[in-house]
Amino acid sequence: MRWSTPLLLLGFALLPAGPVLATQYERLLTEHSRIDFVSRQMGVPVEGQFRRFSGQIAFDPTRPEAASALLTVDLASFDMGSREVYDEVVSRNWFDVRQHPTAHFVATGLRHLGGDRYEVRGQMTIKGRTRDITVPFTFRPQGRTAHLTGSFALRRLDYGIGTGPWGDTSVVADEVLVRFHLVAAEAGATPPAARPGGRP
Amino acid sequence: MKMDTYHRASAVGVLPRCRRDRANRLTSPAERPYRDKKTGQPMPITYTRIAIALHWVTAGLILAALALGLSMTEMPLSPQKLKFYAWHKWLGVTVFLLVVLRLIWRITHRPPPLPAELPSWQRSAAQVTHALLYVLMLTIPLTGWLMSSAKGVQTVYLGVLPIPDLLAKDEALGNLLDSVHTVLAYGLIALLVVHVVAALKHHWVDRDDVLTRMLPWIKPRKENR
Repeated sequence: MRWSTPLLLLGFALLPAGPVLATQYERLLTEHSRIDFVSRQMGVPVEGQFRRFSGQIAFDPTRPEAASALLTVDLASFDMGSREVYDEVVSRNWFDVRQHPTAHFVATGLRHLGGDRYEVRGQMTIKGRTRDITVPFTFRPQGRTAHLTGSFALRRLDYGIGTGPWGDTSVVADEVLVRFHLVAAEAGATPPAARPGGRP
Repeated sequence: MKMDTYHRASAVGVLPRCRRDRANRLTSPAERPYRDKKTGQPMPITYTRIAIALHWVTAGLILAALALGLSMTEMPLSPQKLKFYAWHKWLGVTVFLLVVLRLIWRITHRPPPLPAELPSWQRSAAQVTHALLYVLMLTIPLTGWLMSSAKGVQTVYLGVLPIPDLLAKDEALGNLLDSVHTVLAYGLIALLVVHVVAALKHHWVDRDDVLTRMLPWIKPRKENR
């Protein structure tokens, strides 16, 4: 977790200063959240997910410019339902989890697109490589929680994911669709009782 | 030696050599050597060209699918392995479609009869083998597709045409279908050996035209007619 400490500090640095007046969502309820992805292999969409991730967010829909987010994904929690695939994907050609156990996303800016739609800009770091990405998402308050749902296309080769013989994008497509459904609790709210499945 | 209807037609220049299906239609039914035992109707003397083409195309595709199937499961995970799996599935879908066509063709176009002198046990054995071959040519692709669905991998024909998943993801069911698919495939290999050995036995031991009527580019046996 060598990246965690500086990024954690950066994440806190992005937190808004001063008293919070409007509803502020800040605790990520990971047990209700989900990060999954769809990779295309020989034209076949194959789903997988990351079972462990954590994050700090600060999001006030009335003040999007003050929002901040830091997400950390434990790459070893990768799951595509196959032991053989897992052993390959944690290896050096793919995630190289021994050298780079986690992936990070740090938000650098947020824009309101209208209605419940927002767009977050930020830096994605995987396998030691950082790229600027822009991710649209919807924001829906629900009781004392908020649901942030979105997806974006990640180019795996930008991060050196699947190199060597796996660089052949006719077998495994370069674009991977990453989907997320994050549930954040209001500041000070008690988390709702756990329910099965993280999806609405 | 009596000349068969096909050679008589060829000899008078009515037909090009390979047009055996046309021979069935052009020679008068009265001249055909075989008659249906029950109805007394004349029977065709050869397979149609469509039947012959479908037979050999499915034969080639099945051999390719078997070769890929046997090798790909032993391979370590690699791009080559993913390609082999995809090609194997595309071949399976193609074979299934062609076999459906073959069945329709077979039902609407009567195959030529077996030689009259064939012992009845061999006649029964041929019928059972052919019926089982059809059953396996349909059930092996079907179990492959269902296994793939149960293992959570959709089949996308030629990488562009998604075939709907009939089953939801279920690991235990996927493994069961995997075993069924494998056992049926080994059964098919055994039947293919019987099929080929029987065809060669007809050609070399019985010296009849059972093989040559499916192999239009080999000279038919003349001495039997």
